[in-house]
Amino acid sequence: MDIPPKTVRELYRTMVVIRAFEEKVQDLYARGHIPGLAHLYIGEEAIAAGVCANLGDKDYITSTHRGHGHVIAKGALLKPMMAELYGKETGYCKGKGGSMHIADVNLGILGANGIAGGGLPIAVGAGLSCKMKHPGQVAVCFFGDASSNNGTFHESLNFAAVHKLPVVFVCENNGFGISVSQAQHQAIIDISIRAAGYGMPGQTVDGNDVLSVYLAAGEAIDRARKGEGPTLLECKTYRWRGHHEGDPNQGGRYRSKEDIQAWVENCPIKRFEQYLTKNKVLTKKQMQAVWEEVESEINESIEFAEQSPFPPLSEMYQDVLA
Amino acid sequence: MSRIITYAQALNEALAYCMEKDDSVFVMGEDVGRYGGIFQVTAGLQDRFGVDRVMDTPISEAAFVGGAVGAAMTGMRPVVEIMFIDFITVAMDMVVNQMAKMHFMFGGRAKVPMVIRVNIGAGRGTAAQHSQSFHAIFQHIPGIKIAMPSTPHDAKGMLIEAIQDDNPVLFVEHKKMYIDKGEVPEEAYTVPIGKAKVVRAGKDITVVATLNMVAKALTVAEEMAAQGVDMEVIDLRSLCPLDREAVLASVRKTGTLITADEGCHTGNMGAELAALVAEQALDSLQAPIVRVAGPDTPVAFSPPLEQAYIPSEQDLKDAVARVLEYL
Repeated sequence: MDIPPKTVRELYRTMVVIRAFEEKVQDLYARGHIPGLAHLYIGEEAIAAGVCANLGDKDYITSTHRGHGHVIAKGALLKPMMAELYGKETGYCKGKGGSMHIADVNLGILGANGIAGGGLPIAVGAGLSCKMKHPGQVAVCFFGDASSNNGTFHESLNFAAVHKLPVVFVCENNGFGISVSQAQHQAIIDISIRAAGYGMPGQTVDGNDVLSVYLAAGEAIDRARKGEGPTLLECKTYRWRGHHEGDPNQGGRYRSKEDIQAWVENCPIKRFEQYLTKNKVLTKKQMQAVWEEVESEINESIEFAEQSPFPPLSEMYQDVLA
Repeated sequence: MSRIITYAQALNEALAYCMEKDDSVFVMGEDVGRYGGIFQVTAGLQDRFGVDRVMDTPISEAAFVGGAVGAAMTGMRPVVEIMFIDFITVAMDMVVNQMAKMHFMFGGRAKVPMVIRVNIGAGRGTAAQHSQSFHAIFQHIPGIKIAMPSTPHDAKGMLIEAIQDDNPVLFVEHKKMYIDKGEVPEEAYTVPIGKAKVVRAGKDITVVATLNMVAKALTVAEEMAAQGVDMEVIDLRSLCPLDREAVLASVRKTGTLITADEGCHTGNMGAELAALVAEQALDSLQAPIVRVAGPDTPVAFSPPLEQAYIPSEQDLKDAVARVLEYL
């Protein structure tokens, strides 16, 4: 494993930004500052960080309803992100999209998506663009275990495979589709075995091990860049919080506290911190400094969001048509 | 000497012109390649532009409509063919929640310049799942332009316009019209989406029609002219943008409104126009509004039943007779 120390430090920082951002959102939501719905990514940070560290600005991602981590890892700025969560005019979508629809096409972020399975065909389309006009660029599609049962999964993987499109399908298997466990929604354990049915490589990795994710995604993305077609990469992880903020007892109706605790102990950030200490990449003090720096950046984003105005009512009638 | 070609050939010319001019334009759909499309609209295009730009897709409407959304957001101008409008239901999430919403939901940061070509209409014996005319459903979804050309001339000009438009356009054709012939200029031109056309000016009765109903309305208008009734026929040409001013101006002139569209009676385009007139020109009306439309049934297979489904010239004449009772 030969990963440049700079990349390792960036992986760490990205995970910390996502965690700290989500913890702030959790608090702001509970205190009524953020309206609507918030689906938090806490516990799954290694996947977004590990995958997106292989991507450049010209590569594309499609995301999900649980999208904050993906867009942060792809380079979204915290101020317009937070402002969007607040529904403010200065948000990424002028306040018209909210948590589930953050997008910045210039950064290759083709949108978080409120429809489970909705992003898969869109990633296929971005892959078509890359193949036709921008060889070497790739599209990465994030989706969950439950979306792998949607028709779009089948249609998209088949389409991408038959046309050898530069698309990497990253399945974040966090064990649940809202309240329904994986064992209740599909009769397989490793979703990656489905890749064989489409004639593409499939691999399952520990989604809480950021380096495993980084390396596996890197191989898949390299293949895609070289015109060797798509890959299905399954990353096993766990959703610490409920499906959304407000899901009673963090999903206590459908899972045990012991299960949650076991996964909290398997925290991707703690595990990486142990690695960083052991391999002398970062000292505890340096790691502490990362947290503090991130904290202040997020506080600035909150201040920015709170001070920004709501959009004028006339904004409702803008952008219906281009 | 003007040139006469079919509606299908006019569409084919529009596609070829746009692909020639702009390498971000490409066509995909079921059997659009070697086969040339089920109604031959894409005939010959794969030979000319290659398999990557005239792409046969798997039978996966969600994948290729959604694929068009993703391609459009990333700089391409895809033109998708849905073999029959009936099949668009398979891709409804991609149309309603994705394609139509992206521009607004992302605060104007994304554009989705794509065209979905569909065809409606009964009359070819294709029964309940290949003959529907539910295009009005999409009028209820903000964010989609809906073009409905009724002549080969407009088919070519409106398709070029649709492909060059930065919005998603649902391009509604009628499967019985592909072999209709008409004058079509050889050079490229555009016809606006959102401007109705007065195809026959008159002072007594307004008929607003779409697609195949336009020609039927014109035939009836000529017959009625012989009886001293001067009908105005408007080809609506687009459901979104809806040319409200054109409709209202005519209704204010004649004091009447007959709508003619093949979709089922309930919720069809005529319902929206009736509501428009009730809201904004009720005081002009001298007679009840009459909607000529398909019945509220699926399309039956048996030929006499299918024929009975299709709104006819007789239905239009009956509508005119009803309006005349009040004039």
